[in-house]
Amino acid sequence: MLTDGFVLGAASGGFTVLDSLYQLLAFLVLMWLLKKFAWAPLMKVMKDREEHIASEINQAEDAKKEAKELLQQQQEMLKNARQESHTFIENAKKQAEVQKEEIIRAAREEAERHKEAARLEIQQEKENAVAALKEQVASLSVLIASKVIEKELSEKDHAELIQESIKKAGEE
Amino acid sequence: MHHEEPVRELFWGLTYNPSNILMITISSLIVFLIALLCTRKLAMKPTGAQNFIEWVMDFVKGIIQSNLDWKNGARFHLLALTLIMYIFVSNMLGLPFAVVYGHELWWKSPTADPLITMTLAVMVLGLTHYYGVKLRGAKNYLLGYTQPMKVMTPIKIVEEFSNTLTLGLRLYGNIYAGETLLALLVSLGTSGIIGGVLAFPLMMVWQGFSIFIGAIQSFIFTMLTMVYMAHKVSADH
Repeated sequence: MLTDGFVLGAASGGFTVLDSLYQLLAFLVLMWLLKKFAWAPLMKVMKDREEHIASEINQAEDAKKEAKELLQQQQEMLKNARQESHTFIENAKKQAEVQKEEIIRAAREEAERHKEAARLEIQQEKENAVAALKEQVASLSVLIASKVIEKELSEKDHAELIQESIKKAGEE
Repeated sequence: MHHEEPVRELFWGLTYNPSNILMITISSLIVFLIALLCTRKLAMKPTGAQNFIEWVMDFVKGIIQSNLDWKNGARFHLLALTLIMYIFVSNMLGLPFAVVYGHELWWKSPTADPLITMTLAVMVLGLTHYYGVKLRGAKNYLLGYTQPMKVMTPIKIVEEFSNTLTLGLRLYGNIYAGETLLALLVSLGTSGIIGGVLAFPLMMVWQGFSIFIGAIQSFIFTMLTMVYMAHKVSADH
């Protein structure tokens, strides 16, 4: 009885082979049940979650990349716009400069022309006046002379003399 | 202090132990109920019970991954999960009480019976051989016995049997010893007032320790299962 206690499976009742078969069967059934009711659905959920997280991360990465690209685009556009406006202003300045030169030149020419015209007119007027004066002086002096000297000289000699003296006076 | 095991004969001399049958059934039922209750409300955002069962699954996955790469090891996940849960629950069953009817012990851990643990061990080792042949081919499987040198072959063959034996008997020994000591403490506690005062704290300490032992043994059994599996199915061992 004592030695029996140390023999495997013979602790008190001998080798109960059906227990072994039952254990095996129970374990397999338990495994099958666990698979059907717990393991498979749980694995599915865990896998779904894994995929969900992965896709979310991918999406986030894509969005980040897109945002980066957009930012770069915007920066590019801003730079272009700035440059464009700069050149625009520069051109306008240049054009204004040219226009200013043009206007000043035109004004100067106009003034020059006016001056010239005025000068010519003055000259003309002066000449006219001198001519008229000459004529009047001639007739006036003849009149005066004739009145002073009366018939001492012929009118023809007299006119000659006066013309000569006027010419001299004009030359002086 | 020795309780008889109830042994009945079915027919033609085939005997069975109804207490084992009972406890195996109860263990399996409890494991199944735990798993079922923990997976009733499955959600992407896990809560409560689902967190627990997922932690168990990850724990088992960790055991497998410490021996095999997950590509090969994923197929053993269910096996390891069932093993660790079943053995843990079995180990716990004998701790709170034992039921003795007449002189026969009816309520105990099923793993306190060497036949049960040896059945599990033989099943596990059988599976390692099966998967060894299936995953690596019969030739590589047989060549595995001559590694690292041919002289080792007899030792390798003996190792297979000793592995089986130690795997089963380690579990049995730990649980049976724990329950035997509990039974001794109970008989001390019921022997008189002094015995009762003495036995009470000892019972508490030993039960706490047995919970620890039971958990550790279920972990070790699963871990060794995967170690033996890794020996057979991966080439670099």
